[in-house]
Amino acid sequence: MPEPRGPVRIGVYTCHCGTNIAGTVDCKALAQYAASLPNVVVSRDYKYMCSDPGQDLIRQDIREYELNRVVVASCSPHLHEHTFRTALRVGGLNPFYFQMVNIREQDSWVHKNKTQATRKAKDLVRAAVRRVAWHEPLERGRVAVHPDVLIVGGGIAGIHAALTLANAGKHVYLVERDSTIGGHMARFDKTFPTLDCAACILTPKMSAVRSHPNITLWTYSEVTRVDGFVGNYKICITRRPRYIDENLCVGCLECIEACVYKQAKVPDEFNEGLSKRKPIYIPFPQAVPLVPVVDPETCIEFKSGKCKKTCIQACGDRHAINLRMEEQREEIQVGTVILATGFQTFDARKTPYYGYGMYPNVYTALEVERLVNASGPTGGEVVLRDGRKPETVGIIHCVGSRDENTHRYCSRVCCMYSLKLAHLLKEHTGAEVFNFYIDMRTPGKGFEEFYQRLLNEHVHFIRGRVAEVTDWVYDPSEAGKLVIRAEDTLAGFVRRIPVDMVVLATGLEPRADTTEVRRLFNITCADGFFLERHPKLAPVNTFTDGVFLAGCCQGPKDIPDTVAQAGAAAAEAMALIDAGYVEMEPNTAQVNEDLCAGCKTCITMCPYHAISFVREIYKSRVNEALCKGCGTCAAACPSGAIKQNLFQDEEIFEEIEGLLTNA
Amino acid sequence: MPPSYGYFPGCTLRGTGVAYEESMLALFETLGLPVQEVHDWNCCGATSYMSIDEGSAFLLSARNLAQAHQEGHQELLAPCAACYLVLRKTQDYMQRYPRIRQEIHEALGNGHVGALASVRVRHPLETLYVDVGVDKIRSRRVREWRGGKVACYYGCQLVRPFAEADRDHNPMRMDELLRAVGVPTVEYSLKTKCCGGALTGTIHDVGVNLNRILIREAARTGAQAIATVCPLCQYNLDAYQWEIRKQNGDLDMPILYFTQILGWALGADVRSLGFQRSISGRKTIQQWFSHAEKEVYA
Amino acid sequence: MERKIKLQREADPDWARRVSERPGCEGLFSCLQCGACSGTCPLSIYMDFAPRRIIALVREGFRTEALASKTIWLCTSCYSCAVHCPRQIHITDVMYSLKREAIQAKLYPARFPIPVLAQEFYRMVRERGRNSEFWLVLRMALRSNPFVLFGMLRTGWDLMRTGRLSLRRDHIPDVKKLQVGLLPREVA
Repeated sequence: MPEPRGPVRIGVYTCHCGTNIAGTVDCKALAQYAASLPNVVVSRDYKYMCSDPGQDLIRQDIREYELNRVVVASCSPHLHEHTFRTALRVGGLNPFYFQMVNIREQDSWVHKNKTQATRKAKDLVRAAVRRVAWHEPLERGRVAVHPDVLIVGGGIAGIHAALTLANAGKHVYLVERDSTIGGHMARFDKTFPTLDCAACILTPKMSAVRSHPNITLWTYSEVTRVDGFVGNYKICITRRPRYIDENLCVGCLECIEACVYKQAKVPDEFNEGLSKRKPIYIPFPQAVPLVPVVDPETCIEFKSGKCKKTCIQACGDRHAINLRMEEQREEIQVGTVILATGFQTFDARKTPYYGYGMYPNVYTALEVERLVNASGPTGGEVVLRDGRKPETVGIIHCVGSRDENTHRYCSRVCCMYSLKLAHLLKEHTGAEVFNFYIDMRTPGKGFEEFYQRLLNEHVHFIRGRVAEVTDWVYDPSEAGKLVIRAEDTLAGFVRRIPVDMVVLATGLEPRADTTEVRRLFNITCADGFFLERHPKLAPVNTFTDGVFLAGCCQGPKDIPDTVAQAGAAAAEAMALIDAGYVEMEPNTAQVNEDLCAGCKTCITMCPYHAISFVREIYKSRVNEALCKGCGTCAAACPSGAIKQNLFQDEEIFEEIEGLLTNA
Repeated sequence: MPPSYGYFPGCTLRGTGVAYEESMLALFETLGLPVQEVHDWNCCGATSYMSIDEGSAFLLSARNLAQAHQEGHQELLAPCAACYLVLRKTQDYMQRYPRIRQEIHEALGNGHVGALASVRVRHPLETLYVDVGVDKIRSRRVREWRGGKVACYYGCQLVRPFAEADRDHNPMRMDELLRAVGVPTVEYSLKTKCCGGALTGTIHDVGVNLNRILIREAARTGAQAIATVCPLCQYNLDAYQWEIRKQNGDLDMPILYFTQILGWALGADVRSLGFQRSISGRKTIQQWFSHAEKEVYA
Repeated sequence: MERKIKLQREADPDWARRVSERPGCEGLFSCLQCGACSGTCPLSIYMDFAPRRIIALVREGFRTEALASKTIWLCTSCYSCAVHCPRQIHITDVMYSLKREAIQAKLYPARFPIPVLAQEFYRMVRERGRNSEFWLVLRMALRSNPFVLFGMLRTGWDLMRTGRLSLRRDHIPDVKKLQVGLLPREVA
């Protein structure tokens, strides 16, 4: 076996980490043992190696003892590998002449027997000392970052991120699948806890997006293909045909008025099916862009070809309607992507015992938002499906949340919006309102005070998860009503409460196409929501550099948290753009083209699509910018043609030998 | 010729639930489905054994499954919903808990525990729906329905906690089968509300109360009879109507097994269907099921 | 004036942990105390402690209160609670395990009919391998409250005239083999 180049001079540093390590591992003995190992020139132990004095030790020793390799036995590399590599660099040594040994998470924190723990630590250090001799100097590569940003999703998260970046002078593409931006927030009536009108606070931002010179707004569009890597994404977007030219339409809406359908017949998606729209429509009056859409599924001209096309006549000289419009493909280049694709609400038909879909007067929370909204299907009058006005209302919390049978997690916003709906319903109808909850979750600013307010408005709060909503009448006083049977756990008995209207506080869930979207952008999911890099310290980053998350696509949250996260995502994107370049971790794989047989095994195995086939020379080549250093290709290559920096065969074999040989 | 179904009657079908056995066998014969009783079956233990000793409870079912397997049956029909549940639960728990598996293995001697899992426990409702199918039942109808509306009552053991025979909330299989032979069924909100089981025999008033609720609601929806899948439900609803009548004077509702209705519609001999076993609603039964040639109660 | 306060020495947390280790009782400690079980239980309105409270008592180790309750005997094992529980706790199995323990510990009123029924059922099947409803009800009534037999006369007559009252004492041929496997648990 060839020897490492030149004489090897290793410094070994054992950290006590206070008593975290020293409490179980005998650090002095470990340091003494390390000193006896071949090629070790200096071996020390110290209370806190990650501290400044600790790092100074390393730097001084590099000079004094002319060290060319360093081993630190302390905590997990996740925490301080970067710290120590920097110490090496400052000390004048290539940072990758460093090996870290985890004797905390993998030793002192998981073992109780001190003798055995110390012996294990010795084995680990011995292995590292043998390995580090084979380390080679490596340099981090740099890749330029394209200054444009793609934001997917035009809800409040996407809108806020777009405005923040655009105001900072960056060019933003905002792509939204619906025909208007605004997302779910555009459908809410008032927001908790201040009871601000949602549309009033949202529409100024929507207008700002429309008129901002740095934002290219593409609605009714979807991302269909993503290629590239951080700083250099090439993205294909399909723009679906609205059949009305956005550049020519002035938003007079006469075409809708003139449609041959005098009565609207199509269930209106914006109003959750509670009202109807025409085949040519605008989702709501403040839509951005204010351009109608023609729905080819329901428009007579599309279905039969025999329509008078009064819409085109009404449009007149502007000629904005083009029923032959085709979908357009756009290809853009951006450096970073922010995903703000939002959520969908839990389908209440999956909890059939609450009667949604079976009894007409059972509503979901979103339907009620539209009912109480002045621009909603009933003009803000709360009128039930059978025409009556409710005198008693039951609001059931945790529908589709905190439930092993549906979703395990808490959807975070439902307690607050249930309080809000209780207030609005009471205000609109004077009805007696009952909220059935398990726990009252009101953690935000002003939230507990809002709960107090509701208590003082004499809304009933019954702590008991509702088991069922039934139309079975036990007592004549319940005739004609829906009965909610629940245990009032606080008062201590089971109660039957007849109500006219049942409102289900449905939870938030990830969108149905989350799997497709995450594959497009090469990120991961957990519980169905997009996964952040670290739940505490990196909530907007993903494991894919350059792709950030904002809003409910990362997990259920309310509007203030969404906006904060959108700002954070914008800041992360800006940090990359303004730095201008990205440094790559050098643990990448390389193909030795002399040995490569062109079998393409590595290409099929690579989970990051980082290897391409160079036809001209019939060899595979690794794109180091995309490579994440997982090692799969190196292990799979039948010719042994791929080596991976920091995990070369010699390094690994030496480490194994070190572990198994009792020196 | 389809393979024969193993048949586990259970103690009740030889006692108060005799009409269930009669009608089920008659119905299956009409459909040409061979049914063979398992020899030497023992009581399934119902809820009582589980209340005394868990190991013994599982052993009782294991022995039955072992018998069935030994006699070459891959399918075991258990019409009594409680027996059905206990057998299914034994299979489920044996699979999930090594300790229980071990106990049964030791107690059965050389009984192969793995074989017990290979016997499929079926309920006639689900067997008719899945193996025969609604369309076939519809095509085999011989007699036209002359009766009134029926409320389909599924009870609890059939649909909980295993939802294989039918789903827990608003099950529809019995409704569909009956409708296929022309029986109008009603929308009945209490389809799976417990009848109290053995409570009518112990805490009598509570048990009767639960049944009063079930019958009153069926009557309110316009039903004139109730169809059941469990002999204990049938017994509770049937035998205590005289008490319920004290508060609801004109109630006299026939409580039938769904196999009786299907058997009649598919042309089985009227006297083989056990109609004469009913306590309540006998006049209605006479009107609905008497045949020109034969009287129901001959 | 009754003084109701529970001191910590009356609670037995080890017992609680042991209950949660029995087959079927696993999820005991993840109970949210939401009350869905009590809300759906058709018998909860007759119970001294609603099902949710039984779980609360068991979790905190109040063994006597749980075992001596009428709740566990009123449970008809209809499984509504288990199906509705958002933590998928098999409450029915918890009830069964408490029933078994109550009988072992003899913690129920002496002539309370339901445990008596269970024990007579157990005996009969041990003796013969099958049970006869008529003899079962007779034995249960004699042991708990013979007077109920008068109330049952009407039903008995109805069953007899429709041929549903079998006086037959069925038994399986090889009952000895069955008995060998069945644990010889004496159930007073």
